[in-house]
Amino acid sequence: MNLSVQIGRLTLRNPVTVASGTFGYGVEYARLLDLNRLGAVVVKGIRLDPVRGNPTPRTAEVASGMLNAIGLQGPGVEGFTARYWPFLAGLEVPTIINIWGTTVEEYAEVARRFDALGGVGALELNVSCPNIKEGGAQFGTDLRLLHQVVAACRKATSLPLITKLSPNVVSIAPYAKAAEEAGCDALSITNSFPAMAIDIETRRPRLANGTGGLSGPCIKPIAIKLVWDAARAVRIPIIGMGGIQSAADAIEFMMAGATAVAVGTANFYEPQTALQVMDGLSEFMHRHGIEDVREIVGSVKMEKRS
Amino acid sequence: MIQDTVRILRNDRETGLYYRLTVRAPRVAPLIQPGQFAHVRIAFLGEALLRRPFSIFQVADETFSVLYKAVGRGTEALARMRPGDDLSVIAPLGHGFTVPQPGGETPLLVAGGYGMAALYLLAQRSPQKGVVFVGGRRGADILCEEEFRALGWDVRVTTEDGSRGERGLVTQPLIDEVRRAAAGRKLFACGPTPMLEAVGGIASEFGVPAELSMDEHMCCGVGVCLACVIAIRKGDGWEYQRTCTEGPVFDARTIAWKARG
Repeated sequence: MNLSVQIGRLTLRNPVTVASGTFGYGVEYARLLDLNRLGAVVVKGIRLDPVRGNPTPRTAEVASGMLNAIGLQGPGVEGFTARYWPFLAGLEVPTIINIWGTTVEEYAEVARRFDALGGVGALELNVSCPNIKEGGAQFGTDLRLLHQVVAACRKATSLPLITKLSPNVVSIAPYAKAAEEAGCDALSITNSFPAMAIDIETRRPRLANGTGGLSGPCIKPIAIKLVWDAARAVRIPIIGMGGIQSAADAIEFMMAGATAVAVGTANFYEPQTALQVMDGLSEFMHRHGIEDVREIVGSVKMEKRS
Repeated sequence: MIQDTVRILRNDRETGLYYRLTVRAPRVAPLIQPGQFAHVRIAFLGEALLRRPFSIFQVADETFSVLYKAVGRGTEALARMRPGDDLSVIAPLGHGFTVPQPGGETPLLVAGGYGMAALYLLAQRSPQKGVVFVGGRRGADILCEEEFRALGWDVRVTTEDGSRGERGLVTQPLIDEVRRAAAGRKLFACGPTPMLEAVGGIASEFGVPAELSMDEHMCCGVGVCLACVIAIRKGDGWEYQRTCTEGPVFDARTIAWKARG
């Protein structure tokens, strides 16, 4: 049975990864699960300098999901390299580093730094964080800026490049195409959705930031549709994510067109989810006589029901 | 830190909305240090997905217990669970209290309501007996007084409505006590944030060391999501640190109370 998939020239031993921002820098979960069973470890977004993040409360639980407005708190390139890279470099599975900046130049500089580090599996460009004023989603919701930022990073590194697209657009297809044309190797779809919750007793937003990003099982059907739309528009592979908490969820994303998947919010409440997805995927393939996991990708049958 | 499925041995109402939950957890129980917490998944919650953190109260050979107040969807669902039901826990988590050395400081514990539970193990494992100050709005908020007395500790109760112990805030008898004698004493506190800030202020005023168990809205419990941060002094400024990992217990002097992002 073949479980391996390609993301550009990066080979994943299996298609199950984790979503940036839900898995820290890997080391935090190392005592609870065997990281080497994952397809890849994807770390929380890093920009050039350390980031303090937003005031609290930063998260709020909602029906079948949660809101977050962490504000991309992080140690910066140097802090990450000193504190977390030695551990990650020692893993058998690749590390995908999620990067962001407030300018095109900063994205490219961060890409250059991680290219020089040696041993990084791939870079994921976060152009879709809903919780910061500058950078993030502004690059993911403007076709010209998106093309610029991907092209600049493409020039800055030979590492496989993944663009994490924003769901907050009228149609995702042009954005998927723009990222592909600018030279990225894969797409991550999707990020959290801009959202809000209000405490009716205090009449205040439940997040200090006012608004945040919605994630968890409640976004899954919308994310599946985004993956399906993008998959028909591009030839590069898609990493599907949005509310995955079981193998069945992951298989749905793959049938919609995702080559690989990422477990996100579920890591917070069930750290074993990614491994359960792996086991369930193998079981599904066995049960259906599927020899190669790639047979599932894009296999949804769209012909009219008779 | 272990993730384990544990069985409920008892889950009974104490007083009012307060419950005591005891689970059989032979792998977790021996690892628990005072001030640590358990992150519990309540499967019955359905569309509410996240784990709930609970301070660990008592530990016996193969069991541990928590005290909780059934005030939200999570704790109300937990209150309906019965002996024999299973829970998924990740525990023990967090950086707890520093147990005093033999012949070291005399601990003065300060508890607001069921914050008392988080201090029990410290009282039990401290080589020196001390005083525990416990406060609540009304008598029903005063929990586990007998458990502390059974350890041979001096328990001083205050309630805001005067229905039990002295009338007033828990900080008043604490101030009287450290005014009488501050040297060789150390404060350990768990309770609502305004109480903790007041205890931090008293510690600073009287030059007494203090460790505070801080409460901030928590999500993953293991340090990845960065939801539960509080402002901690660093150099001339401050930085956010995680109450689930660097805390929940912090040295009172390091907390930047006025800092806001």
